[in-house]
Amino acid sequence: MNTSSLPVEHSAQAEESSQSVQSQRRRKSKISLAMVSPSVVVLLAWMIIPLSMTIYFSFIRYNLLYPGDEGFVGLENYYYFMTDAGFTAGLTNTLWLVGSVLLISVVLGVLIAILVDNMFWGRGIVRVLLISPFFIMPTVSALVWKNLLLNPVSGVFAAIWNFFGATPIDWFTHYPLGAIIMIVSWQWVPFAVLMLMTAMQSLDQEQKDAARLDGAGPIAIFWHITLPHLMRPIAVVVMIETIFLLAIFAEIFTTTGGGPGYETTNLAFLIYTQALLEFDVGVASAGGLIAVVIANIAAFMLIRIVGKSLTEKH
Amino acid sequence: MSDLTIKNLKKVFEGLEIIKGIDLDIRDHEFVVFVGPSGCGKSTLLRLIAGLEEVTSGHIYLDDKEITDIAPAKRDLAMVFQTYALYPHMTVRKNMSFALDLAGIDKKEVEAKVNEAARILELEPLLERKPKALSGGQRQRVAIGRAIVRHPKIFLFDEPLSNLDAALRVQMRLELARLHQELNATMIYVTHDQVEAMTLADKVVVLNAGRVEQVGSPLTLYHHPVNRFVAGFIGTPKMGFLKAKVESVNAGGVLVSLSCGHQVEIAVKGEHLQRGSRVTLGVRPEHLRITAASDSTFKAKLTVSEHLGADTFCYVETADQEVLTVRAAGHFQMKFGSDIGLELDVQQCHLFDDQDRTLARITTPL
Ligand SMILES: Nc1ncnc2c1ncn2[C@@H]1O[C@H](COP(=O)(O)OP(=O)(O)O)[C@@H](O)[C@H]1O
Ligand SMILES: [Mg+2]
Repeated sequence: MNTSSLPVEHSAQAEESSQSVQSQRRRKSKISLAMVSPSVVVLLAWMIIPLSMTIYFSFIRYNLLYPGDEGFVGLENYYYFMTDAGFTAGLTNTLWLVGSVLLISVVLGVLIAILVDNMFWGRGIVRVLLISPFFIMPTVSALVWKNLLLNPVSGVFAAIWNFFGATPIDWFTHYPLGAIIMIVSWQWVPFAVLMLMTAMQSLDQEQKDAARLDGAGPIAIFWHITLPHLMRPIAVVVMIETIFLLAIFAEIFTTTGGGPGYETTNLAFLIYTQALLEFDVGVASAGGLIAVVIANIAAFMLIRIVGKSLTEKH
Repeated sequence: MSDLTIKNLKKVFEGLEIIKGIDLDIRDHEFVVFVGPSGCGKSTLLRLIAGLEEVTSGHIYLDDKEITDIAPAKRDLAMVFQTYALYPHMTVRKNMSFALDLAGIDKKEVEAKVNEAARILELEPLLERKPKALSGGQRQRVAIGRAIVRHPKIFLFDEPLSNLDAALRVQMRLELARLHQELNATMIYVTHDQVEAMTLADKVVVLNAGRVEQVGSPLTLYHHPVNRFVAGFIGTPKMGFLKAKVESVNAGGVLVSLSCGHQVEIAVKGEHLQRGSRVTLGVRPEHLRITAASDSTFKAKLTVSEHLGADTFCYVETADQEVLTVRAAGHFQMKFGSDIGLELDVQQCHLFDDQDRTLARITTPL
């Protein structure tokens, strides 16, 4: 309250009472501050402690193989991480992985969601089956794909290739990143289907009827009615999937181990190799921070691109 | 020209017959209202005409051309939906031009048509807005505008006013009447609100359970309902019904006795009635009068009275627990539970036989 702007001939009593109200308010806000402070402190600690430890580690020499040699090294760890033979590969692989899986899951998600929105016999079961891959643990699904589906000798794909007289493809040797993208897409398309399928149900049937009367065929209805209606859930799918796809690890670990060479190494996997294969916590911490920065850049760009349709009121 | 003819139209949903054989003629420039209780198939009938539902059997002709199996967009009809069904991501202008754009019509012509519709509906300042930035009444107008730009032969409206508040509903009702004059168009209008039906229609089609009960002008339906359903459905407050028994049938009419013993003679033809037949007497609120209990043999008890200013509607209960509504003067005052007498305007009463058909009058009352 700005008391200086109040009229000067202000009775002392009124001033007194207004002050007491003010002090009361201040006391109240103090109490509420005291009440929320534990959770604020816990949340801050939760975030600050690991972050500051990571930052601290990234500036010291910290290799588990050479204990006792923990001196301040400045930006050396960052330099090592970014000039590591795997860094460029890790960065491009991460972008490829995230980009392709996003594209695949949005496109397939939209098509499947529209397909299962029609009434047909057994729709309920089909819907459950469609979203079930999402509930399988990444390690399990990666193993299933590696050993049962993509195996060049005994896999299902090999059997199909053989059936048509073609030579089976050794996916993990010739298209390792493609194989990983396939596996990850298989897990994340269902999420998109789930989100978009639900969104389809809120599409106003009368809008479609109106469009039909206006002379719109199925394709025009898709472009002018259905797709605009799905823009918001698509934005949600893209945001959420990006967060998880940036950190894909289990699928790579269980199938290719980042190889051959650095062909399937993404940033998360690169940090892992630094920390636990070379025992260099300092470089791994630097890598982790670089990954945080990259994730933030990605998130910032995504929010710029798709966030608009999220905040826009319908 | 835009004459619509419907012949023996039927529609079955999942084994359930919803439209049970409808025959209808709609003439050029008519304002036709389909009215009936909720779930009677009004929307379904309209959607069949629009082509949004597939016909199970029967035929629809527009100007002697059969349109039963033609795609909705090619029927030369436009529809206004109950929920407006505006395209939320398009501006008002785009909403209105959508059909024309899809048809590949020249941009200048589209612009002219949209501007014309916007002028008629006073939407000019709103053309660049999105539907979410409009009020209910404005959205409704955009939905109508979307129909107008197509210059359809027939306009179809499915309960277009039911999402508006009472005041706006009255205003839009007048506007629709004006629009009908200005566009000189044929309109089919679905509603469950009989006030809308009575005020707008040239011709009212009363539907019930997938059948046409009666077709006629609002006043015909009011004064000459063909059966008890129409009699009860048209008019607010509703017509009151009393159980009665035929005492005698003669040239001048039918003498019936009410359950309270009161006897009245109604001037209707009752050749197929015998003494003792069960019939129903129907009387509208304005054809009843409250008298002192001692002045009439037809006695009742006053339950509730609603004061509307100009009129007072009194709900009375007969000894047989039959409830009637009486229209009394605005200043009418009487205590709850008072014993009263009732006087019937016998000239205006209706008599329904045991199949609820109206018995024809001998002389038309003035
Ligand atoms: N697509 C549909 N599938 C099954 N039943 C329907 C369908 N459309 C309408 N019905 C049924 O038809 C009946 C009439 O519906 P409708 O024409 O919407 O009534 P209203 O007169 O209230 O507009 C209702 O009992 C409704 O359940
Ligand atoms: Mg309806």
